[in-house]
Amino acid sequence: MPSDTSTVTLNGVVGSPRRRRRRASLTPYLYIAPFFLVFGVFGLFPLLYTAFISLWDWNPIGDKTFIGFQNYTELFADPRFWNAAGNTLSIWAISTIPQLIAAIVMAAVLNNALLRAKTAFRMAVLVPNITSVVAIGVIFTQLFGRDYGMINWLLQSVGLDRIDWQAGRLSSQIAVSMMVMWRWTGYNALIYLAAMQSIPSSLYEAAAIDGANKVRQFLSVTIPQLRPTIIFTAIISTIGGLQVFAEPLLFGGQGGTTGGASRQFQTLALFLYEQGFRNFKFGYGSAIAWALFVIIAIATVVNLKLSSRIASE
Amino acid sequence: MTNLIATSPPTALAPVPARARRRRPAKHHRVGWFTYVVLGATTFLSLFPIYWMFVIASNDTSAINNVPPVLIPGSNFMANARQVFDAVPFWRNLGNSLVVAGTIAVGQVFFSALAGFAFAKLRFPGRNALLVLVVGTMTVPLQLAVIPQFILITHIGWVNDLRALIVPGLVTAFGVFWMRQAVDNSLPDELIDAARIDGARTSRVFWSIALPSIRPAASVLGLFAFMGAWNDFFWPLIVLNSPETFTVQVALRQLQSQAYVTDYGVQMAGIVLATVPLLLIFLLLGRQIVGGIMDGALKS
Repeated sequence: MPSDTSTVTLNGVVGSPRRRRRRASLTPYLYIAPFFLVFGVFGLFPLLYTAFISLWDWNPIGDKTFIGFQNYTELFADPRFWNAAGNTLSIWAISTIPQLIAAIVMAAVLNNALLRAKTAFRMAVLVPNITSVVAIGVIFTQLFGRDYGMINWLLQSVGLDRIDWQAGRLSSQIAVSMMVMWRWTGYNALIYLAAMQSIPSSLYEAAAIDGANKVRQFLSVTIPQLRPTIIFTAIISTIGGLQVFAEPLLFGGQGGTTGGASRQFQTLALFLYEQGFRNFKFGYGSAIAWALFVIIAIATVVNLKLSSRIASE
Repeated sequence: MTNLIATSPPTALAPVPARARRRRPAKHHRVGWFTYVVLGATTFLSLFPIYWMFVIASNDTSAINNVPPVLIPGSNFMANARQVFDAVPFWRNLGNSLVVAGTIAVGQVFFSALAGFAFAKLRFPGRNALLVLVVGTMTVPLQLAVIPQFILITHIGWVNDLRALIVPGLVTAFGVFWMRQAVDNSLPDELIDAARIDGARTSRVFWSIALPSIRPAASVLGLFAFMGAWNDFFWPLIVLNSPETFTVQVALRQLQSQAYVTDYGVQMAGIVLATVPLLLIFLLLGRQIVGGIMDGALKS
């Protein structure tokens, strides 16, 4: 097409002939189609279909019977569900709250402008994040071993008692939480670091003129400026933290599916896996999934409210 | 999520000199001891478990039961690795992981770039609403849809087939969003207009102008996609059921849960073999990965 006869529209679409324009109006949808197609088929549709399946007694190799809300009444009367829900929340709390605080401190330290080998330190704190969750599970299971674990050896050498980490409810959940923390603290620190570096230096100068020392500057300039980032990381960590699955599975070793002999560290995601893919109760498993989905949605909203209030104080 | 971290545009790495300037040189010439203590502790805690992995993987089983524990690598790695190869078809598993992660990385970059380019530079009805939909799905916990996903895969006939891992992994909302930002930041409208005037079609603009201009962002996304797929565990555990199709992560779990291999030396040797490829990538490209995470923090 000779360029002198065509006009450039506001959109940047070359369009004297009508044909050309119609073409251009279809093309964008072709460009975004693969995403929406694959996402719709393998993501969104299955997620909604979970709600449908949860109303059935659904055996993958047997019968399917519509039972209404029976899976839910059964679920809410199932002590294993409440156990897993409690474990999920406490593992989330033990792992997320100290993790984000540690990440902020790490970020503040990494943000030191005079620090040498910046990139090396940043890479070092990110190594846990590129390590696979299976590797983390096995390594930490060994570190927290009852008889020959390094942690117990350390405890003993400072005069404390050995702990049977896997046996206790709190101790096993601490071990599982340590895996989550180890994997994500450095990652969150880098996110905080990025946000810290975009805080205008004039704010610090003003605070310094007002006589604020470094700690004071951190509390009254850095933290409030990080507010959106804190909310963001809190939400992301909550969504991820409530779906913890591999860590407790691997910590339990061979019997990992139940999360310990008395289900002391079974999370909801693990309970879902056990019911869906060990006991092949697809309907019941879907009810668990939907319950967890609601819990995540509520936690996200609560988190949003809570962290914005904390950060604004 | 868009405006949650709506700080400044991604000049993430630029403000460092500005910060340096604001420090009063007389007082803050040296890095304080607190900084070194925290840094020393975090670096140690971050790297020790990895070091420990190498120690256990290279010692024999009895050494693991030592009190105090062994702290230096031994010479038993090859023997442990041989037991890994006896227990699971590990080379096959590594190959599977490579195929899955490689295809996902390439596919995700391509499809994300396509959609990202359209969202950044093409005008069409419904564009903004669809973009909000993409961003909104970024936080949806899709893992919870695993039961219908499995039913779907069964219907398609992909159970125990690597396609079950590859095809759903080809697109992510994060990737689309990431590429939209990249196109937006690195491709000026004038360049597109000029190409249009020269008669270039949209497809040509995409291939010859957009793709080359976003190469750095595309490689970071490719790295993320590769590492994510390499380390993925939940979904492969569900759809793969024979050792020949296992990815390395599932093979490692197999190694752990097999009754006759409760040997930590062997388990750790497997973990070393599965982790070293990523550690090597990280050693070479860690700077870009760190930059990508920090950049992404400001974008999302």
